[in-house]
Parts: sequence; C-alpha cells; structure tokens
Amino acid sequence: MINFQYLRTTSAKSAIALLSKDKNAKFLAGGTNLIDLMKRGVSSPDKLIDINHVPLKQIEQVGNKIHIGALASNTAVAESALIKEKLPLLAQALEAGASAQLRNVATVGGNMMQRTRCGYFYDTEMPCNKRKPGSGCGAIGGFNRMHAIFGTSENCIAVHPSDMCVALVALDAEVILANAKGERRILFKDFHRLPGDTPQLDNNLKNDELIVRLEIPIHPFSKNIHYLKVRDRTSYAFALVSAAVAIELQGNQIKDVRLALGGVAHKPWRLTSSEAFLKGKEATLENFQQAAQLAMADAKGYGENDFKLKLTPNTIIEALNLAKSKA
Amino acid sequence: MKNLMVKDENDRVDGVLKVTGQAKYFAEFELPGLTYGVLVTSTITKGKITGLDTKSAERAPGVIAVLSHLNKPSAPLYEQEGGSPMKIFYTDKIFFNGQPIAIVIANTFERATYAASLVKATYEKEAFNTDLHKALKDAAAKKLQGQPNYKRGIENAYQTAEVKIEQEYNLPIETHNPMELHGIIADWKPNNQVTVYAKTQGVKATQNTIANVFKIPLTNVQVNSEFVGGGFGMGLRTWPLEIATVMASKHIGKPVKLVITRMQMFTMVGNRPAATQKVGLGATKDGKLTGITHTAFGESSTYENFTEGVVNMAKFMYQCDNVNTAYTIVPVDLGVPIWMRGPGEATGAFALESAIDEIAHALDMDPLEFRIKNDPEMDQQRNKPFSSKNIKEAYKIGAEKIGWSQRKNKPGSIKEGPWQTGYGVSIGVFNANRGKASVKGVLKADGSLLLQSATSDIGPGTGTGMTLIAHKLLGIPVEKITFELGDSSLPTAPSQGGSATLSTVGSAVNDVCVSLKSTIAELAANSNMSATSDFISVLKKNNLPSIEVNKESQGGKERDNYSLYSFSIHFVQVKVHELTGVVKVSKIVSVGDSGTIVSPKTARSQMVGGAVGGIGMALTEESIIDHRYGRYINNNFADYHVPVNADVPEIEVHFINKPDPVINPMGAKGMGEIALIGFSAAVANAVFNATGKRIRTLPITPDKVLA
Repeated sequence: MINFQYLRTTSAKSAIALLSKDKNAKFLAGGTNLIDLMKRGVSSPDKLIDINHVPLKQIEQVGNKIHIGALASNTAVAESALIKEKLPLLAQALEAGASAQLRNVATVGGNMMQRTRCGYFYDTEMPCNKRKPGSGCGAIGGFNRMHAIFGTSENCIAVHPSDMCVALVALDAEVILANAKGERRILFKDFHRLPGDTPQLDNNLKNDELIVRLEIPIHPFSKNIHYLKVRDRTSYAFALVSAAVAIELQGNQIKDVRLALGGVAHKPWRLTSSEAFLKGKEATLENFQQAAQLAMADAKGYGENDFKLKLTPNTIIEALNLAKSKA
Repeated sequence: MKNLMVKDENDRVDGVLKVTGQAKYFAEFELPGLTYGVLVTSTITKGKITGLDTKSAERAPGVIAVLSHLNKPSAPLYEQEGGSPMKIFYTDKIFFNGQPIAIVIANTFERATYAASLVKATYEKEAFNTDLHKALKDAAAKKLQGQPNYKRGIENAYQTAEVKIEQEYNLPIETHNPMELHGIIADWKPNNQVTVYAKTQGVKATQNTIANVFKIPLTNVQVNSEFVGGGFGMGLRTWPLEIATVMASKHIGKPVKLVITRMQMFTMVGNRPAATQKVGLGATKDGKLTGITHTAFGESSTYENFTEGVVNMAKFMYQCDNVNTAYTIVPVDLGVPIWMRGPGEATGAFALESAIDEIAHALDMDPLEFRIKNDPEMDQQRNKPFSSKNIKEAYKIGAEKIGWSQRKNKPGSIKEGPWQTGYGVSIGVFNANRGKASVKGVLKADGSLLLQSATSDIGPGTGTGMTLIAHKLLGIPVEKITFELGDSSLPTAPSQGGSATLSTVGSAVNDVCVSLKSTIAELAANSNMSATSDFISVLKKNNLPSIEVNKESQGGKERDNYSLYSFSIHFVQVKVHELTGVVKVSKIVSVGDSGTIVSPKTARSQMVGGAVGGIGMALTEESIIDHRYGRYINNNFADYHVPVNADVPEIEVHFINKPDPVINPMGAKGMGEIALIGFSAAVANAVFNATGKRIRTLPITPDKVLA
C-alpha cells in the first residue's frame, strides 16, 4: 500500500496547524469520496488529518441565521427538527443525495469538497485535465451524458455532484473558513469555481484553510419549496438534472423566489435571471415556462448530454409546479 | 404480524445461516500461511506486451512472487503448442483492455495491491474496435454464423403481408454484477493435491478444468463452493484468473487468495453481449401472423466464439407458417461474453415481444388478444406437441390481477397530472431441461436423511427444493433432512445453469427416495413388520444404523415425442413523467407456467428476482465503453445502475402449478430463466402504451423518453 501518515486531532486550531505543516496533507471527515480517490490512485496524500473529533457538529439558530458545523453529518442535518422547520429545502436536497449509509457518515464540509464523478477523472489511464492538467478532456467527444451544459470550458465539462450544495446556493448560504490567522467568510455561490483554465481547482478554499461552518439566513421559504432530482434510478444515483425551488407566494403572486440547478455545471448553478423574471409575477405555467427558457440562455450540449437542453427547462417547470402546489 | 421465528417447512434451509453471517463464502476461508494475489491488467485494448518491468514490485515489502508470461508458471496444458489463444501467462498478446497480464502475490492484500501498481508494461499497440455498431458498418470486419439459418415456409413472408412492421432493436452490454466479487482460493500441496475454494456454478466443471490444465488426476482436485453470492451465469466457466491463482499457489507452495475488484468484474468475467436485431412481422387484417423474420447480431470476442439462443423463440412461440431466422456473431476487442440470466432468449425476447406489441398496435388490436389469437397449439419448429403449456390460462390470470381492463388501446390515454399510465405484457420461454445427475442418500436410524450431490446453489434455493422433494416422498420432517452440495467429491451433478438443477438433481433425489422407500418396505416385510411401519423402527428391528442408496438419473426418450418448455407471462403497469421522462414501474404481475412448484417460497423468490433483474435490463443497466480507448466508463456500483429497492414495486407472482406429464417424476420444469426473459419488453410495451413512444434501445432512460 502507499503509506501515509494518519493523524487525529480534536480541535480546529490544531487541525489547521497540522495542515500548514504539510502541503500534501488532507483533512479526513466522512471519507466517502476521499478514500475512493485514494484507492483509485487519483489522490495520494502524505498525511490524513482526521477531524471527525473536532467539535464542529452544531446545528443551531443564532439570531436570524442557522449555523451548521462543517462536521455535522448529512443525516443529522436532514433529520434535524430545526432544519426541517426553517430550511426544509435543504433537508429535502440532502435526502435526495447518496444512500442512507453514505449520508450517515458524510459531512457538510465533505459534501462541499467532494470531487466530480466524471469517469475520466477516476481512471488514471484516461485523459483528464482536472486530474492531470494538460492531459486533455476525455469527456469532450467521449461519454458525456452526465456532463455540464453551463459554464464549461474547453478544458473540462465535469459537473459538481452534490445535491446539498444546490439547496445551499439557492438559500444564500455563507461559508465560514478558518486558517491560522483567523476566519473569513464567502458567499456559498462563490465557494465553487467554474473550470476555466484551472479545472484542477474545484473551489476557492485555500490550502491552509478549514471549512468551519455554514450560516444560512432564515427565509420565509418554508412551504412552497421543492427539490426535484431527475436521475436514472430512484435512489443512489447522481442527478441528470436537479432543481431547488423556493417560492414565497402572496395569493398567486410570487413575492420572492430562489432557483438553483444541480447536475448541469461545475458548480451549483443559481438562476438569478429567472428569479428576477419571476419576482412579482403570477405563479402561472406560462411564467414558469418563460423563466425556464431564460435559464437556458447560455446552455451548450456536448452530444450525449444534449437531452439536458430539454430536460433542464422541464425540470425547472416541474419543480416550480410542485413547489407551488404544496398546501 | 407474522412471527418470522416460527419455522415454515417451505423456508430456505440455509436462510438463517445466510442472514446471520454463518454461511461461509469462498473469500472467507482462512488457511494457514494464506497469501494474497492481485492482478495487473492491460491498459491497452489490442496488441502485444513488449516489456514488463516487475523489479520494483518484486522488491516491494511483503511480495513473494510476480508471475506473468515472462516466467510462465507451470501449467502443462499451456506448455503445449496451440489450443486456446487466451492461455494466461503463456501469451504476450492483448485481446482486450483490462486483460490480466500478471499476478502479484504478497503476504497481505494491501501490499499485493500496492506492488501490483508498480508493475509497468510497455506495449506494441494495434488498431482495435470495441463497438458492435462500428463492426456492422465495416464490410471488412469479421462476422461469423452463430447458428444455422432457419426457415419454414416462405422466407421474409412478412414483406408481402396485409399488415407488416419491420424494426430494429438494440441492447447494450449488461454485466452480471453479483454482489459477491469473483475470485478463488487455491492451495496446491507438494504431492500435487490441490484444494480450491471457488465461486462457481459447477464444482465438477471447475474440478475438470483445473485437472485438465495442470494434467493431474481428477481426484487430486478438491473444489469447495457451498455458498455463492450470486452468479447469474458468470460462474459457468473457470476463468483465466482462477487458473492464474492455482498456478501461483503451485509456484510458491502456499495457498493464494484472489478476489478481483468491482472494476475487474466488468472486463474479465464475461457479460451479456450487446446485440442489434431486426424483426419483421406480417399479419392478415384480422390479426393472424403470416410471417416472422428475426435476424440478430451479437458481440463475441476475437479469441473465443460465444453464441447464445437469441433467435430461438421466433421459431415456435407463435402460430405462423412462414418463419426465418439468422444469427451472426461479431468479434470485437472485448473479453469473451458468457451467459447471463435468460441468456440469448432474454435478448431475443426484447425484440420479438416488442415487435408483437408493435404489430398489434398496427392492427389496432389489443396486444393480449393478438397473442391469444396467435398462440400455437403445437411446436411448429419441431412438429411436436408441447409436453404442457397453459399460456392462455396464464394470460387470463395475469390480465385480471394487473387490471388489464383499465388499459386503453390508444396510447397516452391515461393521465394523472404529469404522470402517464400504461400497461404492457410479454411472454418468456426457455427450454425445460433435464440432464444427468447422481445423488447419494443415507437414511439413518436416528430419523434423519442425508442427501449428497455435487451440484451448486448460486441462490435459487437448491437445498430447499431437494429437501422438499424428499420430505414429500418420505414424510421425514424438513429439519431432519440435510442436502449437501458444492463439494466436488460428492456424486456427480452438472453445473447450475439453464434452469435445469431442480429438474436434473431433483429427479435423482426422487429416485433415491423411491428406492429408500422400497428398501424399507422390503425390510419391513422380511422382518414381519407391517407395511406402514416407520423407517426408524424398521432400521432398528434390523439392527441397521443406516441404509444407503446411490442413484444416477436422467430423462428418456420423452424429448423425441414432445417439446418441453417453461413459460412466463409478465404484466407491468408503468407511470411515465411527461416532463422529466422518468419511468416508474408501478405494478408487476408475473405468472409462471413451469409445471409443479416444488418449493413455493424459493420459486416465488426466483420470479421476484427475475422481475428485479428485468427492471434493470429495461430501465437502468448498461455497461458503457469509451470506444476510443476500449475502456469501461461506469465500472462501479454507483454508475452501473442495478435497481434499488425504491425502483421495485410490489411484485405479484402466480403459478399455474400443474404437473408436466413427461419431464420428470416431480412434473416440475425449471424457472430461473423465464423469470427474466421477456420482462424488458413488457416494460417497453407499457411505456409505449403510456406515451405513444416506442423505445427500441435499452435501457429506457429519461433521455430516450424525452427524445
């Protein structure tokens, strides 16, 4: 086996200190993706810093925000009474992800950090600019049925596989990051990156930083919400397209709305122009259809994923329909 | 609620062992000094190995040996010239990507895994093709006749029929993917005695292959395989990786365990090959079939030919005077396929049973009515009566249970919100086999019965079925009956495949029990006991601790006079989402017509398993290759989608349960294959009924529904 050092720590401070000592160290939380990557030879850290005992598992209301510790498990968040009441869209998105067994150990921070499931990324015998910059993109011209239609580059058309992150970007979450000097916060929508010329970078986390927690403002979106995940089988499958929808209705008028997509881009994909279009309008099928078309402005298919050009607006419409119809 | 701890005589005899983890599978055997093998596989698709650097692997911690074509570990058959081209470690040729080219043996699995990653091969690459469709377009690509062409009446008669359809149907590669990974433990002793713990569907077949390759007497090879974690056909041969492990054990003089990875399960232990088929059907305006033409092309490999019964069903399943079929195999640069549940018939039934639905639609007829109208009275292919066939009754039961009367003949008629509902039906058929098997029975004065045979149980419940046959004949309580299998030293039995085990081995169990019964009756008479005396008192009276009977059993000439088939009818209801293209199978009724049901619970389980496999074939399963590289893209359980519980609705199973008068003493026909055959067409037909969209390429994923 490829030897690596395993370290365990019980505080965020010491975790950060350990990380700063070794460029090729990685934090280990649930390990549901990292261990696979290590087995496949995609990732070979010298040092694994086990942070599972760091007390960052809180799920609590602080003022008008919900705080979720980076090490809270996906199951703990999805099943939390507080989340179900205040952020039901997040609970729904989490429940749509992975399998019960994976959710039990996967953490919020780990979910954000998971790598793409693009098959070329995992096969070290294939080209992949994300794994090996400059080696080419196997998915372009290859098997790209699962791949992105928004924000792609000639270097990478991979998608971020998370469901949770789609709900978080819709809900205006913020991410609190810490390094030895202190904490900083960035908007969730700015956490993940588009591939551009640096497909090897999934996000803007710096290599001396630890994800500490999420802060999510409490919205009036408690009733008319829906997370719709379209996939090849009913459970334990990544999204072909998913849509997170939250509407605040006044009668049939849309007072406020949030829309985001999964399975279509290198990052969770917020639909701000569709939101702006819908705000103040009647919640009618015609308006939903127009909002869905607006979302498709810059979409581009790569052959096998061309069907997403039709499935994506349909998914948006259906998610809006389902959110609206919740009594 | 039913108390599950209360035993039912129909329970699986090994159920408790399985659910409590006491059933021991091959990889769980711990032998003293056990070592671990890991395979190195080719990263090119076709060509020649020009160099293999094993030095760093050999120097890695814990490594005992690295074996490859460079050191040709001893295997006398392979040392001869000629023979199979895929003689592992005796060839430098690469026939497919992921082909095993070396085995690294170390004192731990992790060390072997690491060392295997250090073996570096260099290759001389050749142009290759892994794509069936590309080969079909290429006139220069090799194509071989897979089965003699068949014709009765006028060739292509459908073309001149009053009403006709002609369509092409495509299936991707499906991979068996049983939960249990493939592999073997081999323990070669200095006296050339070898014991293996295998994952096999035939302990005797494995024994034969090993004895043959290593040129040792059959009795020197002991094969153990009591429990198998799913086979679906992939355990029907001894693969090169198993030979490699035996070679390794012989070479290092220690037991070696090899368990391959999930990724390796896609390349080196076979698959259901991709196929493309054309079906032409012609009928009179009032719905009588006048012509059937079924032509099929199936993938095979370049180093071994693989054929299966893709076009068999067209020859006899419907009353029709004009039928012609052709089946061609197309070698591509992939590992050789192997039978997968319902083998070729499942592939062919998707095409034929979809086409039957298509012509019924073209006639504006209820497809069920069309089927009944064209149900054959006798087997026109062989010009023989069927030994038993209750298809019309099965159609009736299934139609009633699924609620066929709710179905509208016009597609897209039933809609609730965005969900469209449709109904589909299809038929499955498979040869009702019976082979030759031996069983030993020992009836003991303690009231117990021991039965032994070198058969296998890959999951259907062989031991349970055999126990119930004996129980019914002798009246011995099931808990007093033990059926031993999965051991090559037991009386000979064939491999478990082709739905033949219950018929074949069960007949021998029957003969053993009949013989024991008459021996007891004889003993009773000779010792002046009444004819109704129980066997325990008879044995005791005669001072016999036990009596033993050995029987070999096989069928007679019944096949000369009859056609023997098992049948199934699958009814499904689906719901299709008009915006997302998602298909949900919402109701299933499968009706089995396979003679007497010997073991009702495990028979039901077979049908349930077949339906689940059928959902996979219809909606989710596809092994995807990037043909530019010849490598699989979705070779893991996250991306190769076998159905999950949430995909599977309640499955209603019904059996005709009428004895077949000729097949065997039980009147029972096999049913492992029919549980799956035809199912995918029932789903496709239901999707058409729901939406008006005919999807002729499996699996029916949302993108195809939306297209």
